[in-house]
Amino acid sequence: MLKVENVSKVFRSGAFGGKKAKVIHDIDFEVKPGEVVSLIGESGSGKTTVGRMILRLTSVSEGRITFDGEDVSALKGRALKSYYRRVQGVFQDPFSSFNPIFKVGRVFRTIRREFLADLDTATWETRLTGALNAVGLEFAALDKFPHQMSGGQLQRLLIARALVLDIRLLVADEIISMLDASTRIDVLNLLGDLKRQGLSIIFVTHDLALGNYISDRIIILQKGSIVEMGATDRVFGDPQHAYTRSLLNAVPHLHERWSDAELKDLGLVKDTARFGGRLVEHQPDHLVRVYS
Amino acid sequence: MLAVSDLKIHYRTLAGSVKALDGVSFSVADGEIMGLAGESGCGKSTLGKALIRLEERMQYVGGEVTLDGTTLPIADDWAMNPYRFRKVSIVPQYAMSALNPTRRIGRMIDELLAARGLKGSTLRPELERRLAVLGLTPDVLGMYPIELSGGMKQRVVMVLSTLLDPSLLIADEVTSALDVASQKKVAGALVEFRDRGYVKSMIVVTHDLAILAQIADSIMIMYAGKLAEKAPTRTIVEAPAHPYTRLLLGSLPEVGIRFEDKRLPGIKGRPPSLLSPPVGCRFRDRCPLAFSKCVEEPPFIEIAAGHQVACWKADAHAQG
Repeated sequence: MLKVENVSKVFRSGAFGGKKAKVIHDIDFEVKPGEVVSLIGESGSGKTTVGRMILRLTSVSEGRITFDGEDVSALKGRALKSYYRRVQGVFQDPFSSFNPIFKVGRVFRTIRREFLADLDTATWETRLTGALNAVGLEFAALDKFPHQMSGGQLQRLLIARALVLDIRLLVADEIISMLDASTRIDVLNLLGDLKRQGLSIIFVTHDLALGNYISDRIIILQKGSIVEMGATDRVFGDPQHAYTRSLLNAVPHLHERWSDAELKDLGLVKDTARFGGRLVEHQPDHLVRVYS
Repeated sequence: MLAVSDLKIHYRTLAGSVKALDGVSFSVADGEIMGLAGESGCGKSTLGKALIRLEERMQYVGGEVTLDGTTLPIADDWAMNPYRFRKVSIVPQYAMSALNPTRRIGRMIDELLAARGLKGSTLRPELERRLAVLGLTPDVLGMYPIELSGGMKQRVVMVLSTLLDPSLLIADEVTSALDVASQKKVAGALVEFRDRGYVKSMIVVTHDLAILAQIADSIMIMYAGKLAEKAPTRTIVEAPAHPYTRLLLGSLPEVGIRFEDKRLPGIKGRPPSLLSPPVGCRFRDRCPLAFSKCVEEPPFIEIAAGHQVACWKADAHAQG
């Protein structure tokens, strides 16, 4: 369905754009229908940039991204609109996705005007109710202002906004980092249910436990390169790359306490970033970057 | 040692007063790192702030706070000044974005010390030594905040906040915005500072129970402006007595748990509004164990040594 083929991204910086910085190096992966793929990495790993390129919020410098065989970068006008009917994004801060002076229902009216103007009111309302029910919200919720709702509710509204379009791929960029533990799990379970109904999800996160809980496949990014990828149980069950291991070691567990030495070892997570190397198959559906 | 008794702090709003902290009593021993956890809006940050400075909207309603035998004049902004930084210090939420972007770190610290009537140059050797403890070179003092990573800035603020060896440090969500690697370093730094005696005791406010399980000696759980449970870390994690604590722990996805195999339940419903909180146990509406007696407020009582709970069913529940 979605294919990211040898994509790189170069950002220009400096006063006249004279300096170039390559932030994404030759990334290549695929998302199949009904699959949840997690992009995991620390800040600066390029995980958000990849999500933004898929949503066409950032251009692709090299390589291409295709959706059902169509090159996403080439889409214009009607074709682009049809792309957004199938692919939508939800971002980290739900409060900044709503205009605080309007009721939250406004985002749904905008969606209808832009994408579903041909729908008659009855069909539209059925569809809207369906989307709201899917995320566990009442119709009455649309009559509230953003400040009257919790972060989790707003985040679910934004997911409903995407669902109303009957999308096939959702790019979820750190959508639960700002939420409480109890609300987090609600949103995660919602994503799981949607996946069962066939929705593909790209789940961008820095939290390994959350990525592990929800995803079928994991992509570990370090400084813009994929260092390890594959089926979740393989990558987390048998991590091969030093970086993946160090990330997993730094995850706090409830029932296992770090020793004093482990806790105070400030150099535990070493900067193992290296450029070059290539991805080789360690076992079926498990690729690891090796440097020769 | 810190002792708080029946502390009440309300927020003034147009709609009335929000009872963010509605009578909490607890103590933190010397050398203790106490974790303070709960959902947003439970009052955990309000409690942390109340111990050092009341914001404009925060209104002191009642209660007493003593630190090392002295009563803290928390309601009196001016009288609190001699205690701040020297006796009680805070690493605020988003501390790392609180650094002045136009000053080099070293100069900013000197200015802050000067504002407290202290000379930066006399404290400089100690400052550099402590930065080294956290793996930072003295070079950072010559840098601007923009040149440091989030984790480094967080550690700089920690060193600064504890430079005068305060008796109590409040760390408010210090690990929340960080990646796992930086999070671990900051967590390790908190323990290191306690062990070296830079601070006597600490209250670590966070919603991340997994990190508290690593560094805290005891954990206190708050719900809707009240205390729900306080116990040694092991007890909270392995044998929690309050149903809310159990549900909170049960909603944490750990590495190894997957949606496909085991769907975590979460907690149904939302905390009550604190404008006019319900009578009785505030968790009653969401509690799977609620029964007729829950319309009366359960007292926060000790059910085992160092283990306090506010739940009518806590005794029976803790055994099972």
